[in-house]
Amino acid sequence: MAKQKDGCVKPAGGPVLPAEGAAPVSGHPAPAEEVKMQARVGREAIDFEANAYVEGKGFLPVKLSDYKGKWIVLCFYPGDFTFV
Amino acid sequence: MNKDFEKLGVQVLSMSTDSRFVHKVWQAEELAKMVKGGVPFPMLEDAGGQVGAVYGVYDEAAGVDIRGRFIIDPDFVVRAMEVLTPEVGRNPNELLRQVKAFQHVAATGEVTPSGWEPGGTTLDPGPDLVGKVWEVWKP
Repeated sequence: MAKQKDGCVKPAGGPVLPAEGAAPVSGHPAPAEEVKMQARVGREAIDFEANAYVEGKGFLPVKLSDYKGKWIVLCFYPGDFTFV
Repeated sequence: MNKDFEKLGVQVLSMSTDSRFVHKVWQAEELAKMVKGGVPFPMLEDAGGQVGAVYGVYDEAAGVDIRGRFIIDPDFVVRAMEVLTPEVGRNPNELLRQVKAFQHVAATGEVTPSGWEPGGTTLDPGPDLVGKVWEVWKP
């Protein structure tokens, strides 16, 4: 494996939000408060890009949508080296 | 356990607010001693909890993502979610059961009643079944 470089600070894409003004509703002004994006069952998953550690591969960016076409289980947890 | 998910064609991804560097050391120092070879799935970094926030699991006061898991189907639709406060761990067997049930439903169009396990009775929803579930399914 080629030696990888990875600086201390690497921006991650984070959530991929719909493009600004992607779907303007004709005649209606934009809502005053931004509608909060929220994952919900039965709705399309919110895509994101994140830096990752993968055993045997090292550090690389991963997009959720890289795995489109497969069943995905996404697990959040409070922290490495915690207990439960 | 991950073998079970692989058999079902499931890609597991884990995510916390720890950096990828901490993930690497956790893998080496602890996980590799629990799971032979360490966990094989990508360990994602959620710096600042941005992703956790849109998935409804980011605790701003603590600055971490609480335990939450999401099943996403091949069409990229969220099928299930489970979010717990931190004291109680998850049950991977229930997660596996749900994945199997969703895969069965996707493949057959049948629906699975409460507590369904592979091989168990499924239901064929429609007008004829209304009021007759008791005839075909007894918990």
